[in-house]
Amino acid sequence: MSKRVLVVITSLLFTFSAFAIDTGKAFDDPEMQARYERLIAETRCVTCQNQSIKDSNAFIAADLRREIQRLMSEGKSDAEVAEFLVTRYGDFVLYRPRMSGKTMFLWIAPFAFILFAVFALVRVVRHRMALPIDDEAEVDGEIR
Amino acid sequence: MNKYLLPLIAVVILIPILILGLRSDPRELPSQYIGKPAPEFDLPTLKDPEKRVSTANLRGEVSLVNIWATWCAGCRAEHDFLMQLNREQVIPIYAINWRDNRPGALDWLAQLGDPYVASGFDEDGRVGIDWGVYGAPETFLVNAEGYVLFRYPGPLNRAVWDHEFAPRIAELKK
Repeated sequence: MSKRVLVVITSLLFTFSAFAIDTGKAFDDPEMQARYERLIAETRCVTCQNQSIKDSNAFIAADLRREIQRLMSEGKSDAEVAEFLVTRYGDFVLYRPRMSGKTMFLWIAPFAFILFAVFALVRVVRHRMALPIDDEAEVDGEIR
Repeated sequence: MNKYLLPLIAVVILIPILILGLRSDPRELPSQYIGKPAPEFDLPTLKDPEKRVSTANLRGEVSLVNIWATWCAGCRAEHDFLMQLNREQVIPIYAINWRDNRPGALDWLAQLGDPYVASGFDEDGRVGIDWGVYGAPETFLVNAEGYVLFRYPGPLNRAVWDHEFAPRIAELKK
């Protein structure tokens, strides 16, 4: 096995895949372009469900990008764009779901879990603090 | 006893939630239009660009709206069954030919038969998006008032028909 072969093999380990997703700018105005890129990054592709429409080259993703571009150039706000998507595909398409009865659980659950964890921690610590300390000698004895 | 009570309660609450999670299909996207008026559309027909087919055509009779395209393998799979529905005059089938090319689609219908009352030609996919389509084929059941009752994603066949569509249509005819 020559060194050259090894070099080729190792260099192959460092390849990356490249995807051709339309790279043309949607807006000339940099502020609008930034808004557009944020919106498409926050929209889930409905056929390829673990990608945003920014990362997907499925044609539904392309269609949704085009629709978002159209709505934005009509002067629609972010909320109106979200409304457009949700009427058609439901809350599921938004990676940052809106606050509503249905999505309330998503928003509250993490805080509820943290609160529960803090409560449990306090209880455990309190309980341990109340324990007598006199079993230290015993522990030492076990180590020896 | 008290020591195990809290974890026990947690487990009792969590288990049904997890079982529900296992049973539901996370890829399934329920249609947003169930029980609502079918999204408006007005498209040139596939066969004659001068003629139109629109939401108005759907009123007056229970009908199907089938989303299809020549690039869609599932559409080929369900085509014979759609032909059969048409032969048996079960229900009028309207179609949205979604993101397709006209000559190819016309060829398809010429070769395999045309089960549709009319196919709207949705070249750029606007109507598909308005209907919340996320893949082809998809089939919507629309009642005589033009309301969407049910949407089935995926190819139709006899089993799907008997299980999902027939009971709903029978319910309407009562």
